[in-house]
Amino acid sequence: MNLTLKIWRQAGPEAPGEMVTYPVSDISEDMSFLEMLDVLNEQLNAKGEEPVAFDSDCREGICGMCSLMINGEAHGPEVTTTCQLHMRSFTDGDTITIEPWRAEAFPLVRDLIVDRSAFDRVIQAGGYVSVNTGAAPEANNLQVRKEKADRAFDTATCIGCGACVAACPNASGMLFLGAKITHLGELPQGQAERDARVVKMLSQHDAEDFGGCQNLGECAAACPKEIPLDVINQLNRDFMKAKR
Amino acid sequence: MAELIDDLYRLGDPIQDTKAPEGPIEDKWTAAKFDNKLVNPSNRRKLSVIIVGTGLAGASAAATLGEAGYHVKSFCYQDSPRRAHSIAAQGGINAAKNYNDDGDSVYRLFYDTVKGGDYRSREDNVYRLAEVANNIIDQCVAQGVPFARDYGGLLDNRSFGGVQVARTFYARGQTGQQLLIGAYQAMERQVGAGTVEQFTRHEMLEVIVVDGKARGIIARDMVTGEIETHLADAVVLASGGYGNVFFLSTNAMGCNVTATWRAHRKGAYFGNPCYTQIHPTCIPVSGDHQSKLTLMSESLRNDGRIWVPKNREDADKDPRDIPEEDRDYYLERIYPAFGNLVPRDIASRQAKYMCDDGRGVGPLVGDFRRGVYLDFASALSRMSREAIDEKYGNLFDMYQRITGEDPREVPMRIYPAVHYTMGGLWVDYDLETTIPGLYAVGEANFSDHGANRLGASSLMQCLSDGYFVLPNTIRNYLAQGPFEPVAPDAPEVREAEESVKSRIDTLLSINGERSVDSFHRELGHIMWEYCGMERTEEGLRKAIDLIRSLREEFWRNVRVLGTADTLNQSLEKAGRVADFLELGELMCIDALHRRESCGGHFRAESQTEDGEALRDDEHFLYVAAWEFAGEPSGAPGAPVLHKEDLIYKAIELKQRSYK
Repeated sequence: MNLTLKIWRQAGPEAPGEMVTYPVSDISEDMSFLEMLDVLNEQLNAKGEEPVAFDSDCREGICGMCSLMINGEAHGPEVTTTCQLHMRSFTDGDTITIEPWRAEAFPLVRDLIVDRSAFDRVIQAGGYVSVNTGAAPEANNLQVRKEKADRAFDTATCIGCGACVAACPNASGMLFLGAKITHLGELPQGQAERDARVVKMLSQHDAEDFGGCQNLGECAAACPKEIPLDVINQLNRDFMKAKR
Repeated sequence: MAELIDDLYRLGDPIQDTKAPEGPIEDKWTAAKFDNKLVNPSNRRKLSVIIVGTGLAGASAAATLGEAGYHVKSFCYQDSPRRAHSIAAQGGINAAKNYNDDGDSVYRLFYDTVKGGDYRSREDNVYRLAEVANNIIDQCVAQGVPFARDYGGLLDNRSFGGVQVARTFYARGQTGQQLLIGAYQAMERQVGAGTVEQFTRHEMLEVIVVDGKARGIIARDMVTGEIETHLADAVVLASGGYGNVFFLSTNAMGCNVTATWRAHRKGAYFGNPCYTQIHPTCIPVSGDHQSKLTLMSESLRNDGRIWVPKNREDADKDPRDIPEEDRDYYLERIYPAFGNLVPRDIASRQAKYMCDDGRGVGPLVGDFRRGVYLDFASALSRMSREAIDEKYGNLFDMYQRITGEDPREVPMRIYPAVHYTMGGLWVDYDLETTIPGLYAVGEANFSDHGANRLGASSLMQCLSDGYFVLPNTIRNYLAQGPFEPVAPDAPEVREAEESVKSRIDTLLSINGERSVDSFHRELGHIMWEYCGMERTEEGLRKAIDLIRSLREEFWRNVRVLGTADTLNQSLEKAGRVADFLELGELMCIDALHRRESCGGHFRAESQTEDGEALRDDEHFLYVAAWEFAGEPSGAPGAPVLHKEDLIYKAIELKQRSYK
């Protein structure tokens, strides 16, 4: 298929940015979206133009490195990551607009690449169980109800890609935060620090300039791992309880 | 100088001492932990350790050394430590908990691992791995890793290839992700506590060696392009494997050999570089555009049955229309004892033979069908759809997204792909390389898997190295401190910095005709063709010539646009491919010199009558540790082979059989 791409180009954080139009041809529907961009970059390189910078690593939907707003949707039209989006989701002749995540907390680095280190700092504030290596008891001394373990797992699958933030009109990081609060809050191992964790992490979230939550639900709709919106309820409940 | 052998390499002194303590194998690790010197807690913060890589081995080591109070500097090329490629491991992690009372024990885990590795691993290291495996499960559960549980709330297990017990702990098909997030969170806790400093989007490009000891690294800030010097008292490489030398592999796009290769060029021996694992269950290649291959977890072989049509004419038929009697469940037929759960090297080679025999399935790529069926029909008739989805749902969905087919309806098509490299930097019992103060952990070292790794053993080895082994061995080295400070303008530092800068300048100034990717693709093709699932004397010789001329062309004709002082992905890739072009040659030399078959290294000239790998213990019962020898121009010269004899005391050497 033949496509027209409109891509955000910006040489650096301080440089001016603009949308640039590139045609690409002979795209196979079996290609992933990023392989289609690889084709474009090979073409640009051959013409002596600098390739478009974009993040990707595992290309199997689990590392969370890839991003991209595709036609205004985080990770494009399917419920998956951009690297797992395939060109069979598009049709010949389409025009596709490709932009970086846009959020105050994710400053632009170059072209389609942003800095998501704010997420690391939110985790540093309390997204863990404090157990030094060697201090762990025998694993099967602890029983965890299967439903609890399953819900913990479902929320632990967050890949930290930032689609929730990019999709949110307020650029809020509450789905990311709620997922971690729920993962650790559902498990007996996470109880000792439960109150302190939510207070510290939420405070770091706000310090990073993520916006507030209005329960719009765009985040959960964009999440490639289908983290449910109710993790934000759990976050709020935990926070109120911790503050009581 | 020693004479040139095969026109390719020279023989050096054998390696005599691996530093493992004397005594019975089950007492060695306890003895080592006691014998290794201690560092007083108040002195630890004065000692600094650089760790390159934040996968399971690197992150767990950083967390543990940070908790102990050392000053750790952690580096990764990704934008967050949580993205390291350990995250993509699917199936599980082994431990000899024997929760199923099915006869498992530390000794059996040790035995299975040595046998699975086709008796080419070092007994002492593997025993220790099996010994600490149980601690890993405890540690991860305490961190909140959501392993699968049964309705009684206890931990669940499943089976993997090459073993007859269920000892694999798992978190659906995302075990690597969950373990890595556990290690990442433990490490981030230490970043918050100030013991670990984290440098993301940084790529190590050189190791600094002063007075024979590793004292730091040169790294490039991939955002600003700045070349930075980082000094420390010891350096740990946890930079993963080098499967991307094949261009197409299941590795992440950024996985590379640069950190270990730069260390190799500075004096660290490279162990068994030709031992490559070709994983049997990957999604087949669909065309020339492909940038990477996707693994389908080996756990699928628990419930999926592998088959090809008996008749070549059926290759393009709808598989559902091929009756039972016309299907060849070849693994169950050839290996009745292990069936679909034979080790990876065997399953891969048999898939290749079936396709070579014209019975492969799926679309023609060129004039060849590269695929076999992995069929869940019988599992779906035995178990509910929900029960199957619970186990494999995310894998089925991933398969469907990539191929457009639902494996619940149509059998999956799979084909082998490069997945893991057993080779890596040679290390002793302490995980120290031949450069004092330079350590290698996880897939970056060669140590535990011999010539073939068993499923769910990679995560085990990474976390064993990072949480439990390295922190207990590196203290013996650090206890020699305080070390003489290295001046930032010491000649060794400046030399390392200058060599990095001049290499970057060269890459940017060639301005040739071909893209970096085109060289990488061509190298990958050579490696897959001649140094892949089956290797021959003739093919390897040809590969060496091809690689040499490709490397010559690279340095004359590569085109890298842009500048050094900004984020430049072509430049990053160019440096990595330049190192792959040197590594590829060493892999072929190693494969050529090892004129036997063992595990994943299959030499067509050395096979049993029924086509199984035929070892030659009389001549090749050793680790091949290669020393770099450069030409005056800096290009690789004839490497020097140092042999470490493998001595089996706790296990009897046998011809491996899974029949």
